[in-house]
Amino acid sequence: MPPLVELKDVYKIYKMGNSSVHALDGISMTIEKGEFVAIVGQSGSGKSTCMNIIGCLDVATRGVYRLNGRAITNYTQDELAEIRNKTLGFIFQQYNLIPKLTVIENVQLPLLYAGMRESEQRKRALESLERVGLKSKAGNYPSQLSGGQQQRVSIARALAGNPSVILADEPTGALDSRTGREVMMFLRQLNREGNTIILITHDNSIAAGAKRIIRITDGKIVYDGPVEGDVTVMKMHGAGEEAPYDEKAKGAT
Amino acid sequence: MLWKCFKMAVQSIISNKFRSMLTMLGIIIGITAVISLVSLMEGLTSEVTDAFEEVGIEAISVNITNRASTVELPVEDMDELAREHSDVIRGYSPSVTMPAYIKDGTDTLNSSATGVNEQYIDLYQYKLMSGRGITYIDVERMQKVCVIGTYIAKEIFGGNALGKTLQITGVPYRVVGILEERGDSTKGSEDDSVYVPYTVAAHTTNTRKINNYIVYATNQETVEAAESLIENLCDKDIGDDDYYNIIAMKAIAESLMGILDSMEAMLVAIAAISLIVAGIGIMNIMLVSVTERTREIGIRKSLGAKQRNILTQFVMEAGMLSCIGGVIGIIFGSLLAIGAGKLLDMNILPTLNSIIVSFTVSAAIGVFFGYMPAKKAAALNPIDALRYD
Repeated sequence: MPPLVELKDVYKIYKMGNSSVHALDGISMTIEKGEFVAIVGQSGSGKSTCMNIIGCLDVATRGVYRLNGRAITNYTQDELAEIRNKTLGFIFQQYNLIPKLTVIENVQLPLLYAGMRESEQRKRALESLERVGLKSKAGNYPSQLSGGQQQRVSIARALAGNPSVILADEPTGALDSRTGREVMMFLRQLNREGNTIILITHDNSIAAGAKRIIRITDGKIVYDGPVEGDVTVMKMHGAGEEAPYDEKAKGAT
Repeated sequence: MLWKCFKMAVQSIISNKFRSMLTMLGIIIGITAVISLVSLMEGLTSEVTDAFEEVGIEAISVNITNRASTVELPVEDMDELAREHSDVIRGYSPSVTMPAYIKDGTDTLNSSATGVNEQYIDLYQYKLMSGRGITYIDVERMQKVCVIGTYIAKEIFGGNALGKTLQITGVPYRVVGILEERGDSTKGSEDDSVYVPYTVAAHTTNTRKINNYIVYATNQETVEAAESLIENLCDKDIGDDDYYNIIAMKAIAESLMGILDSMEAMLVAIAAISLIVAGIGIMNIMLVSVTERTREIGIRKSLGAKQRNILTQFVMEAGMLSCIGGVIGIIFGSLLAIGAGKLLDMNILPTLNSIIVSFTVSAAIGVFFGYMPAKKAAALNPIDALRYD
């Protein structure tokens, strides 16, 4: 079986007048099914570009990206859209729910674009909402929900299409620390259930909730390994931090 | 999917009620103008058609313009022509106009009498209210008899005129028939008329030859054939075509209809300009809408929306905006047309055709002017769109 996500010597170069900026400067990584990886970096490090490429929102200037063993090169916008629809689930910092659609309609969107029948869409969306504990809010509008609830709706939306990879871009960035921990706990829960999760963050304390860390600085990977081995994270939290993290989150719910 | 798009378009229009209303206003005004103007012109056209049908669209008038006694189109020749070609010519009548000072005691009624033959009343589709028409015997024997309209009957005799004597320019005529009312029994209307045998009229006016004829073709299709027969006859009898003219009612009707048609086309063209302006308004609003919803488009694309999904959504929205405007315009325009009809005392109703065309045009405007903004939305880069605030 090929790895789920495989980047081989990937470059992303932006032309800016005469000079060119290497947002990604030869990155290689492999992520297997069932992993929970945090891609960590300061703003401008290239982590967002990395996410865009993994998320098929953008294509590499050079290098090979394989998703499910399929090389993502020379695809049209529409073909990329289809790959995103079928294999990826996005969770964004700003939730990115469409305000004039109800909660369930938001969750249905990826299924709608997958060409699913309306009744099937509703069924799947309700199941997905049930997993995040918001089935009762199906008919509400996003503005009627709290930030944490909105983020759970966006998780439900990411889950609805049963994707191979869940990409979470700063999922706790807009939340207070308590609801942030709740969301993290939920992501860990999803990971335990077998989902592959890639978390993009600048926050080391959030990254500590993942199993593996890929640290990017100036477009290059400076660390790739288990959480325990990452010097920056360990300096802040220590090796035994993971267990109490869980308990704290449980206590909050 | 299409149904979903439809629903989304409705939601979007409703969530921006005021703006949608303003956008539609252009289409509403344009379609209202088109519908009401077309209906008005159609009403006018049918009014004119009715008027021609009353006179008879198959009528051809022949006038000899040269008064020299050698230039003549004898009644016998015309009679022979009509008999030989009864398949194209239904009938004819000489028409000799003479001034008529109709004496009523001390009052003088200033009217005119027309000398005709026995066919005239039938050709003109007059109906007799009482008595009889001018007969062949009246013409042959130059009997001083007359058939009068209701206006004359009312003014001179107070209604019951049959058998009474009428003084026309000092000569007494016996009233043998009264025509049914055709106009409104006022002066100058068709009911203000006196008909006498043409032989009498010619004698009275001292004209030895007949200068005017009215000829009726059997139907509208034979008008041209009848016209050319008459022309041949005139050519033979008179020769110089400067000396006579032949005017077919049908040709006049057609040229009048042509004028009305081009007037209608011009009015519609002016109204159509407002539709183009309205279309630009829709395009403008759709461009604003696309910019406002850049983030939404980004979200949809990140979730797997293809270009055509986004395109359909926005084109549908623009199309619907202008269709709703079109329907409102059709309603307003129809009401306006009916109202104007009541005011002008004409029977004006919007035609089904103009309604169908208006609706199609408004839908087409929406799709046409909505396409460019929609294309722009569909082509947005999802990364930039997601980052847009």
